[in-house]
Amino acid sequence: MSTGLVVVQILNGLQFGVLLFLIAAGLTLVFGVMDFINLAHGVQYMLGAYLAVAFYTLTGNFLIALVLALAVALVFGLLLEFLVFRHLYDRDHLEQVIATFGIIIFLNQAVKTIWGAAPLTLPIPEFFSGSIALMPGLLYPVWRLVIIASGLAIGLLLYILVGHTRVGMLVRAGATNARMVSALGVDIHRLFMIVFGFGTMLAAFAGAMIAPILSVEPGMGDTVLILAFVVIVIGGIGSMRGAFLAALLIGLVDTLGRSFAIDILRLVMPPSPARTVGPAIASMLIYVLMALVLYFRPAGLFPARGR
Amino acid sequence: MTDPVLQLNDLHKNFGGLVVTDGVTLDIGPGELHAVIGPNGAGKTTLINQISGLLAPTAGTISFNGIDVTGLPVDKRAKLGLARSFQITSVLPRFSALENVALAVQARGQTSYRFFGRADRERAVNDAAGAALAEVGLAERGQTLAAHLSHGEKRALELAIAVAMQPKLLLLDEPMAGTGREESARLVDVLKRLKGRFSMLLVEHDMTAVFALADRISVLTYGRILANGTPDAVRADPKVIAAYLGEEME
Amino acid sequence: MTQTLAASSVLPSQQTGRVGALSAVIFLVLALVPFGAAFGPESYVLGLFTRVMVFAVAALALDFICGYGGLVSFGHAAFVGIGAYAVGILGAHGITETLVSLPAAMLTSAIFAYLTGTVCLRTKSVYFIMITLAFGQMAYFIAGSLALYGGDDGLTVRLRSTLLGFPILQNDRAFYYFVLFSLFVVYFVFRVIVYSRFGRVFRGARENPTRMATLGFDVFRFQRVGYVISGAVGGLSGFLLANATEFVSPAYMSWQRSGELIIMILLGGLGTLHGAIIGAAAYLLIEEALSGITEQWKLIFGPLLVLIVLFARGGLLGLADRIRGKLGRD
Repeated sequence: MSTGLVVVQILNGLQFGVLLFLIAAGLTLVFGVMDFINLAHGVQYMLGAYLAVAFYTLTGNFLIALVLALAVALVFGLLLEFLVFRHLYDRDHLEQVIATFGIIIFLNQAVKTIWGAAPLTLPIPEFFSGSIALMPGLLYPVWRLVIIASGLAIGLLLYILVGHTRVGMLVRAGATNARMVSALGVDIHRLFMIVFGFGTMLAAFAGAMIAPILSVEPGMGDTVLILAFVVIVIGGIGSMRGAFLAALLIGLVDTLGRSFAIDILRLVMPPSPARTVGPAIASMLIYVLMALVLYFRPAGLFPARGR
Repeated sequence: MTDPVLQLNDLHKNFGGLVVTDGVTLDIGPGELHAVIGPNGAGKTTLINQISGLLAPTAGTISFNGIDVTGLPVDKRAKLGLARSFQITSVLPRFSALENVALAVQARGQTSYRFFGRADRERAVNDAAGAALAEVGLAERGQTLAAHLSHGEKRALELAIAVAMQPKLLLLDEPMAGTGREESARLVDVLKRLKGRFSMLLVEHDMTAVFALADRISVLTYGRILANGTPDAVRADPKVIAAYLGEEME
Repeated sequence: MTQTLAASSVLPSQQTGRVGALSAVIFLVLALVPFGAAFGPESYVLGLFTRVMVFAVAALALDFICGYGGLVSFGHAAFVGIGAYAVGILGAHGITETLVSLPAAMLTSAIFAYLTGTVCLRTKSVYFIMITLAFGQMAYFIAGSLALYGGDDGLTVRLRSTLLGFPILQNDRAFYYFVLFSLFVVYFVFRVIVYSRFGRVFRGARENPTRMATLGFDVFRFQRVGYVISGAVGGLSGFLLANATEFVSPAYMSWQRSGELIIMILLGGLGTLHGAIIGAAAYLLIEEALSGITEQWKLIFGPLLVLIVLFARGGLLGLADRIRGKLGRD
């Protein structure tokens, strides 16, 4: 376990965390303002990746592909909202789960039908390909740093938007008490559309950005979705700040846990059981973390809703 | 000397910077009907929520029959004999009126960790529940779904549920809320009949009811007790007249 | 903002006659399936309906906590998977006797339910759904990391469980009736529990937990007991599943499976018990039918689910009620 390896894994953890934040940000606001469980958010992420690949194949330029992917994803998201979601806001959470689950099933099959089941790849944009030396002898991929940087930048942007603009104030109020905000004459539905559209684009952006590193395949949104839910539950539903902190925490815990579980366990037990138990504990880590947080704070760390 | 049934000692409740209960000290004796009146926003419901256990006070203690219940959860206080009705009707809408009350009876009887036998066919429980319904004038409405009862009937059902618990202290949070004159009068009659059987803390805006029923009155303004005494004394207290009663007494 | 779902506003005493008749029909039909199957592709039909009943057991357990208790668990498949793994793991060590592996399956699931329930039940609504989902995932990943027992690929169950040492269950027909018997017992037990003292408190906690607390009920404790019962029955379903498919895999615990169980209880009619059986049958049979038509059947199935949620309130039973209502009025 060298310092170099630790630094690399910390950066990987940050990158993963930033990715989770981009997805969780949209999710937590949608929950907070509309009390709507949107399982289909994960497919937005998947769609962003697939669209980026498709448009890149068409244009050969990553930036253009990215912009087009975001635009199409936004339109698609709003279409879903119009056709399906808006009829579900006053329904039971159970029904929302089933309906959005149905959308996942449909879209996972749809991308398989259109693009085939084999994983797709996207080359890293020329300018950002390659690695830079963080320390002597320690190379780290530039693209991953780009992801971290863009995620932090967006985090800052959201912080300013949500914390210091009028719309942001309405969003925060809506996340705390939607009925009250509506009663005050604010068109809560239009507010929600803005939130929803934004969140959709964030998820698609995450998908597009990760496409060069990860393989793009049907169902890629599913695992990430669940992690995003863990993030917002730990962070507190409706809270941007909570989502940001929780996402980074989970990204780090998961990545570092998986990399060093066996090594850490080897400090207290012989190598053989460490190697068997290690991976199991590593995969459990996030859930144990969540259980602990919820045990002491059943509404997450920074719940937006007043008690 | 017997303990008062309820004793609040310098109770404080803050929500962040907002002080809702500002040092309330109050006691209620056995069989006493104690009314708490005050303008809206005075903190009456918050007070009741602290006594019943739904809210934890920031400071101060609550004693129930000599036992310090300040840290006890809601259900344990109920088991000790503390019942309450809610300002916003809180019944089980998809259960019948009888079953609503039967659950209260079931709670104080033998264990509810029984997994066989039809609960709704237990003779003794149903009889006791029926009796409580009769007390509040709902004898005929036992089989009606609680959701289908009129507003006034639902308020009466809340009372029946509380009565069926055979409590030592009943907290009544605006039982007349939203009822018309006739139904209010009926509820007052019911409460008159129940008087003395157990202690009651009555929070109400309806002054006719309050002065008809109360043994003692506490006036709550801005989270503090402004005055405390018999109805006549309170009615005549210049502080109270100035702060609250004013025109309403004419 | 949210409307409460399901469970009709008819009092149980008024329902009993109709429910009894419908349940009798269901079990009669199930009992006769093997005879009808003899005229066609027997082992296929037997296998299909065995699976229907196995999932019906799991669905009943979920309907109990979800439809009657108001606890929407998105991690219910974990109990099924744990029960299945109990069979698989014991089998890998040479233990295949039902009298050992069945209690083991149910006990392990019950323990998991107790531990996770202690944490989950302190949370409400959305948080509860999410945390049950997460615990389900946890179980899924743990199972996948059991390299000794197949890891991600799963484990074959070489022999079906023996009954008192006799390999009766190897015979598909005998196994079918064994599963049918289990389903019947589970159904009957839940019917009794739901209207018992415990059941009444459990159902009341769904309507108004605050009110129940002010009556003197420790709502958390009651809900946890219900959750453990549900988990144990899930374990039973897992035992049956492992024997039915003769295979055990982490996929049994995936969140998609949990989602499917939720679909089943919603499809049949939430909070009715026999709806869970109908829903399990409907789901699996529709899945079979559609996948026979086209490989892209999920393209139809997904939107179908959305449509069902949007337009078929109360599931199939609710639909039947409305149709009956319309016919009655004409």
